[in-house]
Amino acid sequence: MKSNPLEFRRKEGLKPSFRIFSYSGKRPKKGKSGKNNFPFLARSPQGFAAGLGTSNHFFRLEGVCGFMNLFLTQTINGLGLGSIYALVALGYSMVYGIVKLINFAHGDIIMVGSYMVMFIMTVMGMPLILAVIGSILFCALAGVLIQRVAYHRLLTHDAPRISLLITALGVSIFLQNLFQLLFGSEVRSMPTLFDLPAIQLGELHITSANILNIVVSVVMMIGLQTLVARTRIGKAMRATSEDAGAAKLMGINTNHTVAFTFAVGSGLAAVGAALYCNTYPQIKPTMGNLLGLKAFVAAVLGGIGSIPGAMLGGYILGVAESWTKNFYSNLTDAIVFGILIVMLLVKPSGLLGKNVKEKV
Amino acid sequence: MMNKKKAYISYGINLILVLALFFFLRTLIVTGVLNRYQADLITLVCINVTMAVSLNLVTGLLGQLVLGHAGFMLVGAYAAALFTKNSSLPLQFSLPIGLVLAGILAAVFGVIIGIPALRLRGDYLAIITLGFGEIIRVIANNLKITGGAMGLGGIKSLTNRQHPAGMLPFVFFIAAVVIFAMFTFGRSRHGRAVIAIREDEIAAEAAGVNTTYYKLLAFVLAAFIAGVAGGLYAHHLGLIDPSKYDFNRSVEFLIMVVLGGMGSITGSILSASVLTILPELLRGFSNYRMLAYSVVLICVMLFRPTGLLGRAEFSLSALIRRITGKKQDAAKGGV
Repeated sequence: MKSNPLEFRRKEGLKPSFRIFSYSGKRPKKGKSGKNNFPFLARSPQGFAAGLGTSNHFFRLEGVCGFMNLFLTQTINGLGLGSIYALVALGYSMVYGIVKLINFAHGDIIMVGSYMVMFIMTVMGMPLILAVIGSILFCALAGVLIQRVAYHRLLTHDAPRISLLITALGVSIFLQNLFQLLFGSEVRSMPTLFDLPAIQLGELHITSANILNIVVSVVMMIGLQTLVARTRIGKAMRATSEDAGAAKLMGINTNHTVAFTFAVGSGLAAVGAALYCNTYPQIKPTMGNLLGLKAFVAAVLGGIGSIPGAMLGGYILGVAESWTKNFYSNLTDAIVFGILIVMLLVKPSGLLGKNVKEKV
Repeated sequence: MMNKKKAYISYGINLILVLALFFFLRTLIVTGVLNRYQADLITLVCINVTMAVSLNLVTGLLGQLVLGHAGFMLVGAYAAALFTKNSSLPLQFSLPIGLVLAGILAAVFGVIIGIPALRLRGDYLAIITLGFGEIIRVIANNLKITGGAMGLGGIKSLTNRQHPAGMLPFVFFIAAVVIFAMFTFGRSRHGRAVIAIREDEIAAEAAGVNTTYYKLLAFVLAAFIAGVAGGLYAHHLGLIDPSKYDFNRSVEFLIMVVLGGMGSITGSILSASVLTILPELLRGFSNYRMLAYSVVLICVMLFRPTGLLGRAEFSLSALIRRITGKKQDAAKGGV
């Protein structure tokens, strides 16, 4: 039997005690490692903001303050953007954990979600909350449908991995071109979604979109952690990712479990889509390409298969992108890609991933 | 002894047939039986065949997905075009040097992105080449030397009014050499090592195959060929437009390989030719082309995962044997 390094925490899953299985033991560790990697992220906003108000009166220091202000603004923007990456990365990570497939179509689910929000709001004239819920449900359904139609046959026939990848790619191209035919290939602007006031901290201006992104992504991650660690279906998910054959023998309906994983992953992508539309109100059929690619990089960066890892990877990527955008806006994408190369060279299992030896 | 002699004879026959095909096409173009548009299409078929056969090496023989083959093409296109534009040699001499440079530069990029991705087991090559294909385009759009988003124009071509078949020897013989090289590579010691990795990486490693080396070898070789093909394409069109070398183009090459049969060079040649000519005939449906490609891709994978030809190859000697009804040394004939 092959075992894969990129599964949901396998060790905890094996132990009988519920306390070890629950992620409570892991949570402080995540916080710690997050701090170790980015100490200034965790502490700086309040600290710097407090300093900003006073030091601003010294005109000589204005240049420095301006820079600090910019730096902080970009960091917060980066965290906001990173939250979206993180939500998408969670979907990649879950699907990879359970069926060992890089689901190329996942990026395009964001596109589908964005168009659904727009469609329900502008064409059907529904209120925002219904649009978001409708989009989430539609994406979850689409995720299950894609899994049933495109992947199921290959998964049950134990097809070579390259066939699965090519199929996933085919689904991705199909979705892009379908929406291009349905809605046109031009960029569409979104109506205003969540119209909340911005927060002013001294000189620091934090947009509501960024706060909303960060809060929603953290809530979603905690929810997902709880789902995977504490519920019956979560247990089934971990068992299926550990060993699908054995899980089947234990009476777990692995087909349902895989379908459920796709539904949850796609639903999270739809949440990401709503947040994306709120932050950057422009959508086009190919928007999922690069967004999906970056989210995958985030998942690899944090350790694919790990839920906190996907979040951490998303934040790091978002902040890195946001910083570089200020100086070399054209090369932002190249830097994201550079991060992936460096990560694969230095620590292929990711920041929070576990390096499990492959057994024959 | 006998077998070796037979092999030389069949190589000779194939060489004569290839030369005959070349002179046939050249005569058709020079005498004006085929107009400029059709001659261009033949050039394009040769370039696409080169690309598909090189991608077949990685996707078919090695079993790794490459989603940025057009990116290598773009690198090669710029390298060759910038060399021939800035060199004082006549184009007949500067073009081959430029093509070699194009291949080398693309191969260097192949090494840079191949080492991190291929050291590991898993599907990282797909994602890293996807990123590469997107990013090389972004970089090309923003550099001064590459002409920015406007692209690079004014590239001299050997094809002109006086010489309607000027580019044909280059594209045709490079395609022929690449096809020949891929056939022999697949049957060589290196090729067998690459196929062993496709079948079972762990078993190959246990049998003493240096998996990282052979994976990298196949990938870099494919990148080299793609670079050369890119150089040819740039000189065929006379300009480089970075937006033409995007993800969709990489997917087109991939579908040529997948549809023809992963691992079958004959399949790649056939499907590359058909998929180059067919869209020209069906111009009215160009909006639906990618949609149709994606559906074909999914259906082929679901219902005939080996592609239309599977791993079968066309072999003249096998055909002759079948016609004459001789069953001897059948094992030698088809790979």
